[in-house]
Parts: sequence; C-alpha cells; structure tokens
Amino acid sequence: MGETTRRLMQGNEAIVEAALVAGCRFFAGYPITPSTEIAELLAARLPQAGGRFIQMEDEIASMGAAIGASLTGTKSMTATSGPGFSLKQENLGFASLTEVPVVVVNVQRMGPSTGMPTAPSQGDIMQARWGTHGDHPVVAMAPASVGETYEATIKAFNISEALRVPVVILLDEVIGHMREGVEIPRAEDIQLLERKGPSTGPADHLPYADDGTGVPEMAPFGTGYRYHVTGLFHDETGFPDMSNATADTLMRRIMGKMERHRDVYEWTETTDTEDAEVLLVTYGSPAQAARSAIRRARREGMKVGEFRVVTVWPFPEERLRQLAGGVREIIVPEMNLGQLRLEVERVVAGRARVSGINRTDGDIFKPDEIYAGIREVYGGER
Amino acid sequence: MNDKLKAYFRTDHLPHIWCPGCGNGIVTAAIVRAIDDLGWSKDDTVFVSGIGCSSRAPGYLDFNTLHTTHGRALVFATGVKVARPDLNVIVITGDGDASAIGGNHLIHAARRNIDITTICFNNNIYGMTGGQYSPLSPTDSFASTAPYGNADRTFDLCRLVEAAGASYVARGTTYHVTPLTNMIRRGLEKKGFSFVEAMTACPVYFGRRNKLPTGVDLLNWQRDNAVPVSRAAKMEPEELAGKIVIGTFLDVEMPEYTETYERLLKEHAADRSGE
Ligand SMILES: Cc1ncc(C[n+]2csc(CCOP(=O)(O)OP(=O)(O)O)c2C)c(N)n1
Ligand code: SF4
Repeated sequence: MGETTRRLMQGNEAIVEAALVAGCRFFAGYPITPSTEIAELLAARLPQAGGRFIQMEDEIASMGAAIGASLTGTKSMTATSGPGFSLKQENLGFASLTEVPVVVVNVQRMGPSTGMPTAPSQGDIMQARWGTHGDHPVVAMAPASVGETYEATIKAFNISEALRVPVVILLDEVIGHMREGVEIPRAEDIQLLERKGPSTGPADHLPYADDGTGVPEMAPFGTGYRYHVTGLFHDETGFPDMSNATADTLMRRIMGKMERHRDVYEWTETTDTEDAEVLLVTYGSPAQAARSAIRRARREGMKVGEFRVVTVWPFPEERLRQLAGGVREIIVPEMNLGQLRLEVERVVAGRARVSGINRTDGDIFKPDEIYAGIREVYGGER
Repeated sequence: MNDKLKAYFRTDHLPHIWCPGCGNGIVTAAIVRAIDDLGWSKDDTVFVSGIGCSSRAPGYLDFNTLHTTHGRALVFATGVKVARPDLNVIVITGDGDASAIGGNHLIHAARRNIDITTICFNNNIYGMTGGQYSPLSPTDSFASTAPYGNADRTFDLCRLVEAAGASYVARGTTYHVTPLTNMIRRGLEKKGFSFVEAMTACPVYFGRRNKLPTGVDLLNWQRDNAVPVSRAAKMEPEELAGKIVIGTFLDVEMPEYTETYERLLKEHAADRSGE
C-alpha cells in the first residue's frame, strides 16, 4: 500500500512477483533452463500467499495440473522453455477449446531440440501462435524489459480471466536473467480482472452459453454447479455434440471473442512514427538495441520510427496497416530467421518493402548491427 | 437402474455410446453404487477421465466432470486435488490410457500417494480406436495391429502401482460385481492413492478377434479364469498363466501428499504475511 517502490529484479523474478500480485495461487512446473528460477521462487512464495506449488513429472503434466487447478477457480500458471513448451502444446489446446484461463510462461532458448539451453532466442514466436493443432484462440505477449515483464504478467492474468483464454508470456533468456530496476505500482493502482461467475443458479446455468459477449460465465468446480468440461466439441450445455452446426458455432464464437475484445489485449508502442520513412517493427529484448540504433539514426537525420508489439498474438493488424501506408521500408529485427516478418509481410501486403535483421547464433543484438541495417536501407539516398 | 442410483446419472444424456455387451456400464454402475454407499455429495465430487470408450463415463454422471486428453486425466486431477484438497477426486481411465500414454503419470500419482481414486477399465484393448493391442492385451491374443498374435508381454498394472507407492490396489471383474463394488468403495474411502483395475468386456474388438464374441462370453471368461489372490499365492507361475488374479493386493495407511504438503508448510512456512 502507499508509495510505489523500486526494486532490482530479474525478468523471471518479475514474473513471480507480478503473478502473486495478479492473484496467481497455483503453479505446476518442471525444471528447465532458463525458466527454472520461476519455479524455485514460487515454491517459496506461493504458500506464503496462501497458494500451492507442485513440481510435476514433466511439462505435459504441469500444463494439465494448471488447467485442473484453474477449474476450481484458482488463478494458475506454469512456466517452461523450448522443449517443455513443445510438450505443453496438446493440453494448451485443451485450455483454448474448453476456455480455461491459464498463464504459460516460455523463456525462449535456442532451438530446435535441446539446442543451446542458455542462449537467447525468439524462435518460438510461431509456435506460440500455432503450436497446438486446429484453429484456436491464444494470446502471446513479448515484453521488452524487466519492468514491462512485470506489467505484462499482471495483464496476462487479466486477459486470461476476462476472455477465458490461455495467455503465453514469451520472454527470452536475456530478459529472463537480466536485472533491471522495476517500478512496483501501488496496490490501489493495479487493476485486476476476474473471470465472470455464473449469473444464475445451478439449475439454469449453461456453462458454454454466449451471453452476448462471446465469453461464457464460469463456475468453479465444487460450488454446486455440476457441469461437464470436455475437449470434444460441445454445445452450450458443455456436452459433446459432433454436429457440423455446433462445431461451426463453437469455433466461430471462440475465435470471434478474440476479434471482438481486441481492446482487452492489444498492446503496442509507437515512437517517432509521425515523419518516419523507415519503420522498425520490434518485440522482446531486441527492442532495446533497436531503440539505441534508432536514436543514433535520428541524430544523423534519418527518419526512423518504431512500432513495438508487446501483445504479439493476436497480431495488431489494423495498427500496422495504418503505419505501413506512410513508410517506404519496414525492418523486423528478430533473434530467429524471420518468423514475425512473415506476419508483418502478410499485413503490410506490399504497402512498404519489408526486410529483416536476424540473428540465429545464440547471441544478442548490438545496437550497431541494427543501426547498420537502418543505414543500409537508406543507402546512398541521403 | 433403480431410482436411488438414477439420481447420480445425467439421464438426459443417456443412452450412452457404448456397444451392446460392453462392460463399461457395469463398472460405472459399481462406482455409483459405491459412492451411494458412502453418501458422498455430488457437488463435492469431481470425476476426471482421459480419452477412450471408458473415459466417456463421466459425461453420464451428474457430478463435476472433466474429460481431458489421452492419458492425462491424473495430471488434471492432481491440479484439482492440490487446489481443493477438500474435494473427492476420482479418475476414470482405460487400460491404454492408464498404462501406455499415461503410464508415467500413473507412476507419479501413486508415488506421491495423492488422495485420488483411479478406476482403470481394463478391456485388454484400445476400444475407441478400433481394437489395437494395448500394453494389457495378453501375449498371443489378436488385435487389429496384432494380426499374427500379440508379441508384446502383458503388463500387470496392479503390481506397477503397488511398487510405485499407492495405498490401495485391487483388481475385480464385471462378472464379480459385488466384490468389485466393495473394492471401489474401499478405494474411495482410503486416504491416499487408490487403484482399482476393473476387468471389463469389449466384445466388439477384443472378444470378436479372440473367440469370445459376445458380452456373455467375456463374462464367462472372467468367471472361468478368475483366481482369488489368496489361492493365487499358493499356485505356480505356470498354473497362473492366462488367469486373472482378483482381490485386494494392498491396503495400507501412509502419509498422503496434500496432507504432507500442508504439514510441511505449517512447520516451515510460518510467515504467511508475504501477500
Ligand atoms: C495423443 C493421442 N493419441 C492417440 C489418440 C487416439 N486414441 C483415442 S482413445 C485411444 C485408446 C483408448 O484405449 P483405452 O485407453 O484402452 O480405452 P478404451 O477405449 O478401450 O476404453 C487412442 C489411442 C488420442 N486421442 N490422443
Ligand atoms: S468398442 Fe468395446 S469398449 Fe468401446 S463401447 Fe464398444 S464394446 Fe465397449
């Protein structure tokens, strides 16, 4: 209560502290570098907050346990990295379809496979969107600093609760382990969202009915609302129904709720875009190097702006489209060989030329490299 | 079904999807009878299942019900139990669900001795997918993926669960319904991890391929091959080949996971002001 405080912490620690503030009271995990600190810290901190921690036998189990706990009305989280994120995918899809709120942290490391366990990467961007099978709703966020990780974690729980959707927080090893000063907001300044409870008694409750918002009401298990949750397609009663009409209604509702509630999750930052000829589209830790590169280019008279996406999925299409109309060149710096660039190209659709600056050696960007990339597109024209 | 038991079913979701002669209804009725004997409240009881014919049972039961992913029922159930230790948690699983894809979770749930009762519907086959052999299919039996007979060695899941650290382990059959019901009741009552393997009939896939084409043939097969655990103890391994040993293998009192966790928190995490 009272004042804001400033604390030095790691990205992984910011996840833990913010999750507790957001009301997380259950965590299930399995150790993996570079996310392990999250489990270690929560093992100590959760019980102090009245929550419960469990180390499961693998990441499939951790994902399932987090979903099970959430069904009792407990805000739940799991955390992992590359190989573990792959294992979580089937149950993550279960959460998407059954609309069980859950937060999944993936501190990205170099892959595929065991790859380079301690090296940073942004190689899981597309997996975060399309990792599980079938069309499905999911939110993914990629904060660019430790402070923003704190903020994003609280927001992740809020989005997950408000829209009944799994939210993935994509850190990378740099932010996971970097220490930065974080401004901790005053408790009264933090807005928390909770899942919407049932508005009727158990007899009239329809667990998957659309009340007009696209997001059904959710009753916790063990409170008198005896209903069925299944990963089969289901109608508004929650029971399996394999008819084409029910499948169509269900899929369009769970995808439609995402389109409809963009205001709940969309989070982008624009800097220096008013007069920009060249636009950097950034996310995650490379945004820090990009920022200094842009400042330097600006000082030298190059008209460079930045469009930073914090919520990567669903992608902020409209916003980028507007910006793309005013620039001639878009550069996407990524610690992969151009995953988000694919999405940027799709959205920009020829309005501007799109190129990438890419690292895939397990090292981080230096501002110079991004600056050189900017210079290159300016070429001799200046 | 009598009216008393009817109250536990979602009668508007019946009839069930199971084939004529399928034993799954018998096991489900035994579970409900055991719950009724104990007087458990429907509101405070959660059924969790995996994927398979047997795992469809919770959909017909008027409780908090959760039909999860193949092999993973126990992990979802663990999340429910750790978050709400006051709820009764029951897992329904098939032999393939429990022993193949979900085998590791079974080991670890038993090892933790978490207070969950698991009922494994063992029909010796993958029913839902059309009759492929499971780790519990007898060696030499036929399946759609074992057209020349099953070369795999069959698995005694009860012994696995016992070795892994459970508190209660038993095997019954759909022929011997009353003992099966009693085993389930004992499993439910037991504080700790309980495992009841219920031998059940899949005439359509296991039976037809193995010269036991009807539900009645399979019930008779259970009757003719069942050996009580006390008698089995005096028999030679060769005599026991092809037999179904039934009865209680383990019934002990041991510290339960959620209680142990709570105790440790009381002892070592006294400072609860961290919030
Ligand atoms: C990950 C995954 N792999 C495979 C399947 C296909 N599948 C569905 S049910 C099943 C086996 C069911 O057999 P069992 O557990 O013995 O249950 P039964 O149907 O006999 O009751 C399989 C392999 C699946 N649903 N998910
Ligand atoms: S396939 Fe076998 S197990 Fe499945 S419902 Fe039919 S008889 Fe029962």
